Amino acid sequence: MQSLQQKLKDTLLPERVQPAWIWLRQNLFNSWFNTLLTLICLWAITVGGFGLVRWVFTQAQWEVVTANLRLIFVGRYPVAQLWRLWLAALLVAGVLSFSWGALQGWTRKVLLRVGCAGLGVGVALMFVDWMSALWCGAIALLIMGAGSAGAWCQRKPLWQSFKSWLPLLWLITFLVALWLMNGGFGLTTVSTKVWNGLLLTVFVAVLSIVLSFPLGVLLAIGRQSPLPIVRGVSIAYIELIRGLPLIGILFVAQVMLPLLLPPQANMDQLVRAIAGLTAFSAAYLAETVRGGLQSLPKGQWEASKALGLSTPMTLGFIVLPQALRAVVPAIVGQFIGLFKDTALLSIVGLVELTGIARSIAAQPDYLGRYAEVYLAIGIIYWLFCYGMSVASRRLEHSSGH
Amino acid sequence: MTDGLVALPISVQPIISVRGLQKWYGSFQALKDIDLEVKTQEVVVLMGPSGSGKSTLIRTLNGLETHQQGQILIDGVELTQNPRQLESIRREVGMVFQQFNLFPHLTVLQNITLAPIWVKRMSHPQAKETAMQLLERVGILEQAHKYPGQLSGGQQQRVAIARALAMQPKIMLFDEPTSALDPEMIKEVLDVMRSLAESGMTMAIVTHEVGFAREVADRVLLMDRGQIVEQATPEEFFLNPQQERSRQFLSQILA
Repeated sequence: MQSLQQKLKDTLLPERVQPAWIWLRQNLFNSWFNTLLTLICLWAITVGGFGLVRWVFTQAQWEVVTANLRLIFVGRYPVAQLWRLWLAALLVAGVLSFSWGALQGWTRKVLLRVGCAGLGVGVALMFVDWMSALWCGAIALLIMGAGSAGAWCQRKPLWQSFKSWLPLLWLITFLVALWLMNGGFGLTTVSTKVWNGLLLTVFVAVLSIVLSFPLGVLLAIGRQSPLPIVRGVSIAYIELIRGLPLIGILFVAQVMLPLLLPPQANMDQLVRAIAGLTAFSAAYLAETVRGGLQSLPKGQWEASKALGLSTPMTLGFIVLPQALRAVVPAIVGQFIGLFKDTALLSIVGLVELTGIARSIAAQPDYLGRYAEVYLAIGIIYWLFCYGMSVASRRLEHSSGH
Repeated sequence: MTDGLVALPISVQPIISVRGLQKWYGSFQALKDIDLEVKTQEVVVLMGPSGSGKSTLIRTLNGLETHQQGQILIDGVELTQNPRQLESIRREVGMVFQQFNLFPHLTVLQNITLAPIWVKRMSHPQAKETAMQLLERVGILEQAHKYPGQLSGGQQQRVAIARALAMQPKIMLFDEPTSALDPEMIKEVLDVMRSLAESGMTMAIVTHEVGFAREVADRVLLMDRGQIVEQATPEEFFLNPQQERSRQFLSQILA
């Protein structure tokens, strides 16, 4: 038996340990043309890479970034009130980790890796600022703690009845975080004008994502509706928005809306920015979700209807869970796009990550140091987008069966 | 027309009553002047060539297809496009499809308990208990926690029957329940349907299974070009068909 298995294994999976140079010859140097291509690419990579490394380590002056780290991350938020931002971040990170654990489940390895990454950032921050290092460490520990708690809850049958309270928990978390950031009710009010940098980018992006998702789903359903008025309005909205450039919509929201509304309706510029981004993103999302809805076999509707389920029930239990799951990668792609689109807000006068980079590059002390600043914020954008990408892949993996 | 009805007790109120039914797809008339009555506990089998309207007819009986003219009464309630009325009729009428149409993102158990919990407001434990009993009845109790994709076609169709029965319907409609199955799985589904018929369920079945029809049906209908051409008891229909069209159809499927 053993020998038969071994024999099968040998024939089916021949162990091929190839020396690297054979692989190279077979794949990169197997014809004169490929050889030439390989050499040209090697030359380009060497020159480009060498140039970049030399610039990063010898020519670039990173002081413009290190001296302005606080501006990049939280803008002109008062230093004395920074603990409020940290506390809000702590709260959100804890609830996020708990929810992920309770809904998706954490594997110990991944949770440990996320926690250690947080602790690593904390250790690195010790060289910059002790307070930040401590806060960062606390967040990392809370992520691990709350994540484990969530994963533990997931295994408890009792949890199933508490699951439906999670949205409420998130609403409370959001309101508390908003209160911490904004102030009032006993805290000093901090004007949204000084919420700059990464803080503003994340705040605007997260709210736009959270708000545009249900709106997009409703529009997609509306577009499929048998009621002509609902369908007409949905189609008109989607086509109108998709025919306009985002920057135009943001201008309308920032500049024209105050002219159209009565003067006492004093909308915060942040609210207007979020409204513009949400309106834009929802139209695109609607078309993505429509793709998911249309990919569903008609028999699913019929089976649900034949059981006596109403249209809302059919949508909620049968159609949307399947349609949305089918388009998770496309939806996350759009959210990543939305996150990066917040950079356009710098053109309509909001000082988010790109805006703060522009103002830093204009500081008299660091004139002409554009490259360093933009590279730094580029890395920050990338980290967030890559994070979303990884999370989406995990979501796809675990939701399929 | 009424040949097959003579043997049945006349006093019984029909549970399905169709009068003067007309249906068009655009300019194509799919159903012409259909009159049909099905009595409680009766098993009616619809046969006919493809495109003859038998599936369309069975799908109008629970409002999956709309009709333009005529009247359908299900247990005394008229079938209209009013959503409330439709939903209340569909609660009484179970349906089994050719392609099973199970919900692939839910487990077998969730497939069966969904409608009782949300439409009939049954409690979770009670719905689960009913579902387990039904799964035992269709012989796949051990598959309760699997997903439909993990089951064979025959098992999926038996789950679909259990799902429809979980609503405790008065009528069951079967739209070619064995046509999408591999030959070796047809019997297990027909066995379930046979025992269902023996338990006294009112059934309307579209099928090509002659043996099953002869054994189980109280009445066989032949449809052609949107019309009911002949209806008779199985013995009469298969051994002594009255209409030329029926003889032609039988010679084709029995060849």
